[in-house]
Amino acid sequence: MERLLNVMTVTSVLLIALVLASVRRAHIRVEYSVSWLIAAGALLVLSRAHPLLDLTARYLGITYAPLALLLIIGCVFLVMFFRFSVIISKLRDDNIALAQRVAILEYHIQTLRENR
Amino acid sequence: MSAERPLLIIVPAYNEEGAIGEVVREAREALPGTPVLVIDDCSADGTITAASAAGARVLALPHHLGLGGCVQAGYKLAYELGYDYVIRVDGDGQHDPYDIPRVYERLRQSGCEMVIGSRFVEQNGGRASLLRSFGIRFFRMVLRPILGRPVHDPTSGFVGVNRSALEVFSRSFPLEYPEIEALVVLQRKAFRFEEVPCKMRARRAGRSSITAVRSLYYIVHVLLGVFINVLKYDRRARRSRRPKP
Repeated sequence: MERLLNVMTVTSVLLIALVLASVRRAHIRVEYSVSWLIAAGALLVLSRAHPLLDLTARYLGITYAPLALLLIIGCVFLVMFFRFSVIISKLRDDNIALAQRVAILEYHIQTLRENR
Repeated sequence: MSAERPLLIIVPAYNEEGAIGEVVREAREALPGTPVLVIDDCSADGTITAASAAGARVLALPHHLGLGGCVQAGYKLAYELGYDYVIRVDGDGQHDPYDIPRVYERLRQSGCEMVIGSRFVEQNGGRASLLRSFGIRFFRMVLRPILGRPVHDPTSGFVGVNRSALEVFSRSFPLEYPEIEALVVLQRKAFRFEEVPCKMRARRAGRSSITAVRSLYYIVHVLLGVFINVLKYDRRARRSRRPKP
C-alpha cells in the first residue's frame, strides 16, 4: 500500500512540474492548466494524508484505501476529459465559422477587384 | 436587391476535378443566366480551375470543413448577397442539373421552405446500393413520426431552399451529414418541404467515400443528430405558426 501511495506522490509531483513548465513555455494556456494543477494537487494531498484517504475510502465503502484514490483520480480525469471535449467542440465551431468568413470575404474582395 | 437575385445554384465540391466542369456547364444550360457557385472544400486537385473554366464563381474554403460546413458557407454567402432561392446539386455529377428548373418551379409555386429532388417519388431514379437502400428505408421509418409525414428520399443532396430556410441554415446547419438533420431542423421551425421526382445518375468521376464502416458511423451519427434536434424542438414556435381555427 505504502509503495503505491509513494508512486502516486511522485506522479503528482511530476505532473505539477510538467504543467508548470508547460505554462512557462506557453505550451498550455494558464486557464487550461488550472484543472490539471487542481487534479495533481488533490492526488498529492490524498496520497500523503493517510487519515484523509482512509476517511474518504470509508465514506465510499472501500476497504482498500489506495483503490479509493484510484477511483477519485478516474472520476476527476473523466470530468476533465469531458471539459476538454466541450472546449474542443467550441473551438471547432469557431474554426468553421472563421474559415467560412475568410472564404466569403475573399470572395467579396475578388468580386470588388473584378468590378474595378 | 432580392428582386434582382432570384436564384443561385450552389455546388459543393471536394476533389471533383473530373466531374465539376460538366456539372457546371449542364447547370448553366439548364437555367441560362442563373449564376452557379462552386464551393471548393479545399480540394487538392484542379477543382477550382475546372469550375472557373466552366463559368462558375468559386467560393474557396481555406481548409477542409466537410460537407455541412461547405454547404453552409454557400448558404451564408447566398443569404448575404440577397438571393431568394438557392438550389444545391452535388459536384460529382450524380444529380441531373436539367432537373433544377423543376425544383425551382416547385419552390416558387408551392411557397414551401424546402424542395427535395427525390429519386423515389415516382421510382424514376437510378438504383441506390444495397447498403444505401437499407439506410434510406431505415431513416424514412425514423423520420416518419418526427416529421409527421413521409419523406421518400431523406438522404438526397439535391435540395432547393427559399430565403426563410436560407436564413435558418446560414445560422445553424448540421456540419457532418447534413441532409437528414436539416429536415428535422426545418421541422423544428415548423417549415414545410415537398419532394419532386428527379433522376439520379452514376457519378461522373472519382470514387464514393462511403465504406461499410463509415455507413455504420453515418447511421449512429445521424440518429444522434436527429435525437438532439428533437430535444431542441421549439414547441412555442410550432404553436405560434399553427393556423388558428
